[in-house]
Amino acid sequence: MTALRRIDPPGLLFGAMGVGALLLPFLHFRPNRIVLGDAVHLGPFYVAMVSGLLAIGMLRLPQWARLGSGVAGAMLLVWLAGALAAELSDGAPAAARVSPASGAWLGLAAFVLLIADALSKMRLALSLRMAALALACGAVAGLLLSGHLAQISVLQEYAARRDVFAAQSLRHLTLAFGSLVGALIVGLPLGLLLYHERRLRTGVMGILNLLQTTPSLALFGMMIPLLSWVAANVPGAAEMGIAGIGFAPALIALFLYSLLPVVGNTVVGLDNASPLAREAARGMGMTPAQVLARVSIPLALPVIMAAVRIVLVQNIGLAVIAGLIGGGGYGTFVFQGLNQTATDLILLGAVPTVAMALVAGIALDLAAEAFER
Amino acid sequence: MIEVQSVSRRFDDLTAVEDVTLTVGQGEMVALVGTSGSGKTTLLRMINRLVEPTSGRILLNGVDTGTLKPHLLRRRIGYAIQGHGLFPHYTVAQNIAVVPELLRWPKDRIRERVDALLALFQMPPVEFRDRYPAALSGGQQQRVGVARALAAEPEVLLMDEPFGALDPVTRARAQADLRAVQARLGTTTVVVTHDMEEAIALGDRIAVLDRGRLVQYAAPAQILTAPANDFVGQLIGQSERPFRLLALSRVSDHLEPGAAPGTPIDAESSARDALAECLWSGRDALPVVRDGKPVGRVTMAALAAHAGGPG
Ligand SMILES: Nc1ncnc2c1ncn2[C@@H]1O[C@H](COP(=O)(O)OP(=O)(O)OP(=O)(O)O)[C@@H](O)[C@H]1O
Ligand SMILES: [Mg+2]
Repeated sequence: MTALRRIDPPGLLFGAMGVGALLLPFLHFRPNRIVLGDAVHLGPFYVAMVSGLLAIGMLRLPQWARLGSGVAGAMLLVWLAGALAAELSDGAPAAARVSPASGAWLGLAAFVLLIADALSKMRLALSLRMAALALACGAVAGLLLSGHLAQISVLQEYAARRDVFAAQSLRHLTLAFGSLVGALIVGLPLGLLLYHERRLRTGVMGILNLLQTTPSLALFGMMIPLLSWVAANVPGAAEMGIAGIGFAPALIALFLYSLLPVVGNTVVGLDNASPLAREAARGMGMTPAQVLARVSIPLALPVIMAAVRIVLVQNIGLAVIAGLIGGGGYGTFVFQGLNQTATDLILLGAVPTVAMALVAGIALDLAAEAFER
Repeated sequence: MIEVQSVSRRFDDLTAVEDVTLTVGQGEMVALVGTSGSGKTTLLRMINRLVEPTSGRILLNGVDTGTLKPHLLRRRIGYAIQGHGLFPHYTVAQNIAVVPELLRWPKDRIRERVDALLALFQMPPVEFRDRYPAALSGGQQQRVGVARALAAEPEVLLMDEPFGALDPVTRARAQADLRAVQARLGTTTVVVTHDMEEAIALGDRIAVLDRGRLVQYAAPAQILTAPANDFVGQLIGQSERPFRLLALSRVSDHLEPGAAPGTPIDAESSARDALAECLWSGRDALPVVRDGKPVGRVTMAALAAHAGGPG
């Protein structure tokens, strides 16, 4: 019983993940980029070290100790991956590839979750959490720039495509943020309109719901003839880059998917803004516009901010589909990789997408919290 | 001065207010009483046009309010909504400053006014100015709601159950504060309540509503001694009537020459307290003092005679 009480329940889960990770292969070594290669496991010394760190995370220790073991574990795994990759590549043919295998990913996930769990239980002040996010981003950037992981296959793919990668990163951001901005420009006034005109609600929300559930491929399919027609018949449209496939339909699709959350949350937020406060505002002699600007909108803002967060994170992920129709972004790598069954190339698209979504989500949460006070 | 002239308001087939006519004099405080759903809020909100009358009209200082722009009319009328309605995203000071801001008062004047009002309601400005409503007790929220209604020195003050959620002790103090503030500023005031005791404590006159109709409009003493019908009688509570009547007068109103034994009572205490003291200490008469000096006595017989009403 006393032993059980010393165990931290989430820590136990992370420990189980870690044990699984140690049983799985840590790296894959392949003579070239297409064939399946050999599994590489960690040696007993490192297995013992990783297990020790996991054990610390499983115990009810002060949170800074669990945080420390998480950071140490993550650093150890990353260092091991880089060092082992360098060792394996040494003297191997140029086409040889070393990539992290399931064990490395699972182990890293276990330690990252441990860090997140410890951080959240430490209830750090907002400014410290902002600093932690900046520090984590800086650490990852520093690691990539240091060249320690240069022999890892994904980074070799990156090295071969440095310029394209930078351009596609920018394109990915443009898709995600551009569609969000568009959705706000159209969605906020539309939400306001629906808030006033209840009769329009069912119809408009029905259409937005329908859009939301339309598969992206179907949406693209419908846009190809539409946009091709626009490009052919509206003067200047083709010069602006509007075409049946490519950037324009991808941006439009993301924009359409963003509308429902923005409009829906605007209406709900305004509806739920304290009716008593609104009534008091009217009773004190505010004009309808003043009631809206000074009371209803400020009170609805947290709900609208929640929509912005949902949409941004969703769009960063969804923007990958742009790669399907030549719209650019990280999806380009993902779909190229899928075509060539080159996992490394898929990862080159997927990992930055996930990282970007994660950082955007956390940053917006922190921003919303800063805003609330 | 507010003149309500044959005003009715229907909601579909429900008549919430029916043919009400009453006048609230300049500087007068009128209490609007009635059971729940009797149309008090509806009548009050027709004065600042949050609800439009179905028929009839309301004059403010002789001008038909129907001819004025609603939002401009409302800036001249202080309104404390039922359940305070403070803005959760504004501080106490910002809440109180709403109407002065709308009227574009200079910043300095607004700041002075906010502090003066907070002090008036016994809430030290340094302590309360920058708090958000969520960090106030229910009673403090209600007092800020009333202070906000008074902020722009309105010609007329409308209050809808301003002290609804208060315990008896705090409520009595808030009522006394309000009476003092209203007497000082001379603001024409209509206050809604469903509590006859509060109506008696606050009103120069009391208007009793029953199912949308005005059944009696008179001074508290007259309501107590001559209720217009059974409904008003019930609202007073027959068994409470003598005590409520006594509560309206002071010991000094029943003063007679002579002496009496035991602890004296202050001439400014209510006659009700004097009767209670007689009963509790088993005395037929109490010595009366003013500023600590004996001025005569009050007898249980005189109090009892008064409590018996005119009959
Ligand atoms: N906007 C409205 N639409 C329909 N009916 C209404 C509306 N406002 C009030 N009523 C009805 O009018 C009647 C009087 O309501 P009112 O709010 O004036 O009562 P009240 O005396 O203030 O009651 P309470 O003491 O409970 O606050 C009630 O029957 C109420 O249901
Ligand atoms: Mg009411």
